[in-house]
Amino acid sequence: MTWATFAPAVSAAFLGSLVEAIEALTIVLAVATVRGWRPAGLGAAAGLASLALVVAALGPLLDRVPLHLLQLVIGVLLLLFGMRWLRKAILRAAGVIPLHDEAAAFAAGTAELREHRSRLDWLAGLASFKAVLLEGLEVVFIVIAVGAGRGLLLPASAGALGACALVAGAGFVLHRPLARVPENALKLAVGVMLSAFGVFWTGEGLGVAWPGADLAIVGFAALFLLVAALGAVAVRRPLEVAA
Amino acid sequence: MLAGIARELIGLFVDDGMLALAIIAVIVIAAIVASLIPGATAGVVLLAGSLFALLANVLAVQR
Repeated sequence: MTWATFAPAVSAAFLGSLVEAIEALTIVLAVATVRGWRPAGLGAAAGLASLALVVAALGPLLDRVPLHLLQLVIGVLLLLFGMRWLRKAILRAAGVIPLHDEAAAFAAGTAELREHRSRLDWLAGLASFKAVLLEGLEVVFIVIAVGAGRGLLLPASAGALGACALVAGAGFVLHRPLARVPENALKLAVGVMLSAFGVFWTGEGLGVAWPGADLAIVGFAALFLLVAALGAVAVRRPLEVAA
Repeated sequence: MLAGIARELIGLFVDDGMLALAIIAVIVIAAIVASLIPGATAGVVLLAGSLFALLANVLAVQR
């Protein structure tokens, strides 16, 4: 194991989980603001319990899958997942699509919940459950994707748990969405790293002998970053000049 | 609700259909090259193809 594999895997797990945890926190906070902490907390706890079940059920299966097949499947999924994030981050950086705004998402979430004021609290809890489950599944996927191929599941899990704990702690203290986090820059960085890992694992799964072995990931990341920068500059929308 | 969760799970990997299709095509071509030419050639195809697919997809949005 070298730093070239270890550092990108842990930082990708940490940064990716940070983004997902912030998105889940926004919805849980919206539920808590409108309906109180009981349904928000119960929904979030049920989501976490479901996630634990998924991990407990699927975790042991990973050891039974042949390594080349595991690398290929994870590589393909990582390429799809990472390049999807990268594309969105490029278009956001270029001003083609609006930036993700946690404050706006929070306002929309609370407004939607207030519309259903007459409904039971379990609907609000369900929203909290779904947010934690779906964003949590993304976290689990990122951890497996960057950690499973090289025995880095524990450090990657530690990075992800650290990010989730950080966001949960900040949300608990602040009681408002973390709108000031540069989410698009984080998504761009994670998209670059996941795409680089995706190319590496897919190649390994196909039997490619990468020059420089693990170090190739750093080179791939640099190339993806360069292409992302070129793409953002090329499609940048000109700023509208106020009359 | 389950259908909604399934839709969102697929959405994790496929947002723009053309990009997803291009990535799969690049992987298939790289797999064919890997079976014909051992070494790093398939890796070059995979890396260059992925970078090109991303750039072409982003540039296509402009048009």
